[in-house]
Amino acid sequence: MLKIDNLTAQVEDLTILNGLSLEVKPGEVHAIMGPNGAGKSTLGNVLAGRDGYTVTGGTVEFDGKNLFDLEAEERARAGIFLAFQYPVEIPGVSNMEFLKASVDAIRTARGEEPMSSMDFIKLARAKCKEVDLPQDFLKRGVNEGFSGGEKKRNELLQMMLLEPRLCILDETDSGLDIDALQVVAKGVNDLRSPDRGIIVVTHYQRLLDFIIPDYVHVLAKGRIVKSGDKSLALELEKHGYSWIDEEVA
Amino acid sequence: MSEHIEEYLKSEYSAGWVTDVESLTIPPGLNEDVVRLISAKKEEPEWMLEWRLKAFRSWLEMTEPQWAHVKYPKPDFQALSYYSSPKSMEDRPKSLDEVDPELLRTYEKLGIPVHEQEVLAGVAVDMVFDSVSVGTTFRAKLKEAGVIFCSISEAVHEYPELVKKYLGSVVPQKDNFYAALNSAVFSDGSFVYIPKGVRCPMELSTYFRINEAKTGQFERTLVIADEGSHVSYLEGCTAPMRDENQLHAAVVELVALDDAEIKYSTVQNWYPGDSEGKGGIFNFVTKRGLAHNRAKISWTQVETGSAVTWKYPSCILKGDDSIGEFYSVALTSNYQQADTGTKMIHLGKNTRSTIIAKGISAMKSENSYRGLVRMNPGAEGARNYTQCDSLLIGDQCGAHTFPYIESKNPTAVIEHEATTSKVSDDQLFLCQQRGIDAEKAVSMIVNGFCKEVFKELPMEFAVEAGKLLEVSLEGAVG
Ligand SMILES: Nc1ncnc2c1ncn2[C@@H]1O[C@H](COP(=O)(O)OP(=O)(O)O)[C@@H](O)[C@H]1O
Ligand SMILES: [Mg+2]
Repeated sequence: MLKIDNLTAQVEDLTILNGLSLEVKPGEVHAIMGPNGAGKSTLGNVLAGRDGYTVTGGTVEFDGKNLFDLEAEERARAGIFLAFQYPVEIPGVSNMEFLKASVDAIRTARGEEPMSSMDFIKLARAKCKEVDLPQDFLKRGVNEGFSGGEKKRNELLQMMLLEPRLCILDETDSGLDIDALQVVAKGVNDLRSPDRGIIVVTHYQRLLDFIIPDYVHVLAKGRIVKSGDKSLALELEKHGYSWIDEEVA
Repeated sequence: MSEHIEEYLKSEYSAGWVTDVESLTIPPGLNEDVVRLISAKKEEPEWMLEWRLKAFRSWLEMTEPQWAHVKYPKPDFQALSYYSSPKSMEDRPKSLDEVDPELLRTYEKLGIPVHEQEVLAGVAVDMVFDSVSVGTTFRAKLKEAGVIFCSISEAVHEYPELVKKYLGSVVPQKDNFYAALNSAVFSDGSFVYIPKGVRCPMELSTYFRINEAKTGQFERTLVIADEGSHVSYLEGCTAPMRDENQLHAAVVELVALDDAEIKYSTVQNWYPGDSEGKGGIFNFVTKRGLAHNRAKISWTQVETGSAVTWKYPSCILKGDDSIGEFYSVALTSNYQQADTGTKMIHLGKNTRSTIIAKGISAMKSENSYRGLVRMNPGAEGARNYTQCDSLLIGDQCGAHTFPYIESKNPTAVIEHEATTSKVSDDQLFLCQQRGIDAEKAVSMIVNGFCKEVFKELPMEFAVEAGKLLEVSLEGAVG
């Protein structure tokens, strides 16, 4: 479903992604690990179509189409979901209003009717429970005054409501205590399905104890330098990233 | 700043068409004879003419105020016409049935209910077209409740005692340059009287339309709520797109007697000028209310139009335990300039005031909040709470806050909070990443920012106001 081939991308004339290739097939879970500043968030942003990133080479196909032909909101409507590393606040716009606008936009793009308010409220409340957020979060401003963990769970809530084709989770686990980590892991595991692809960007192998990936990749200096299965994550934990550097060199 | 928003902010003004009616417009220029002519056209009694002339003579001695944070070419008062009326109105139609249908269509096109059987039937409407009131709906029904709702011109004839007693009682003729000008040449506006103990059975509203080119509109509105009465009133304003600036210099006076309550809402959408800053209305307005014992006056305004706005709806809290409120959303885009706010003058004991002002600036506009809170020596235990929030869209616009606080009573408490925020690219990207397009995202963010004020508007208009903001920020996404 996602085919990244030799992708290079710049931020402010600085090359960050440098010949990155990766293929994700439906049903697969890929973990991407790597040192700080390797370009993990950049990859998510480039895939999601954020302004300020210039693609200078390579191709990305999503469901057979050139991803770069689509605007950011069109990519979202096509089923790409990015759970942000640092979710931003939108004061005054209630979470409920935001979620409804989002779900309606995505449903409309799929040719479905917008949901009735009553049905939506029911659904949103049920999902809140699943991610262990109290219902009054729906009334509060988007991420307004949320703690770090609440923001991450709110990202998960959005992902569950939108049922995307491809989920990209950018360090959704960082800053979470073990209970919250398990909530996130359960949410992601529930979303695992034969027609959905999942990319989990993480710094720590502990998340992968709960979300068992099909593949683990190491991203360093803007490209995938090593791929393997779950055991690669364990090795990384033991030896750190310098071991990779040596091996690449 | 992403290009998206820039594109998106290129607004389309939807009320910018002209009604094709034959008008009688007096030649440009201003002198005593013009004042006499206006008075004669309205067949006014002698006392009214004298009142105007007195104001005119004061005006001649006054100079235009310079302190506002706005820049504009000084209007040439001799190049303006001070009276313009559709020709068909010269025959003084006695009821709405006799009014030229073309005029009524003007209001229908603006979405205003001109027929009493329409859906929005809970609202009575006075329609002011250039210098005259075209008609007022639901007068009979209101009369049953003892409520008087008519044009100020009619009130001068039919309720001279009330007009004599209250006109100029809150905003004196010499109050300021534009108030004096208005007092001399005021054309039309609404008159409302709610008798003792009556709760007005419906929303009252007035729609002002400036149609004719090169004319000024000098609205004059007077609302009197007698003891223990209650009224909610709304005004709306639009004008055609014209290249030259037009002047709207209004005076609105509210009198809330003991235990009365007046809720006055404005949705101002005068033509703001084009994207180069050409044309648009100069909106120079004096609005003030006087609250007696335990009375309450509440101003709510949504200001999206005009090239230049200069407006400070104020409350004089004269009576003990009286309450003043000011809820404001002022949105400026392109080259618009707004200097708006309020004055809360606390005279009585335990008087209370609340000010919630939201300014939104986009493109190259300038948006200023200017507010005065004064606690006089007699204002024992008085309180004020002020909250002033600015939202910036883009980085070429300006937002300014000028709070003035004067307290002469140590028991009075004044609280002031101010914030400035920006619609950020991160917020927009979050919305887009969730499938919401930039246009919808900006309007959602702006609406969220204004929520506290919108909830003060009468139900029917809260939705309208939200849509208006959306239109004011509208444009193709690039
Ligand atoms: N908007 C930006 N402006 C300037 N530099 C950026 C920007 N985004 C990322 N970078 C730089 O790109 C590199 C990769 O960043 P990032 O993708 O966030 O790494 P990771 O998520 O792997 O920690 C870093 O050196 C970072 O400083
Ligand atoms: Mg990162």
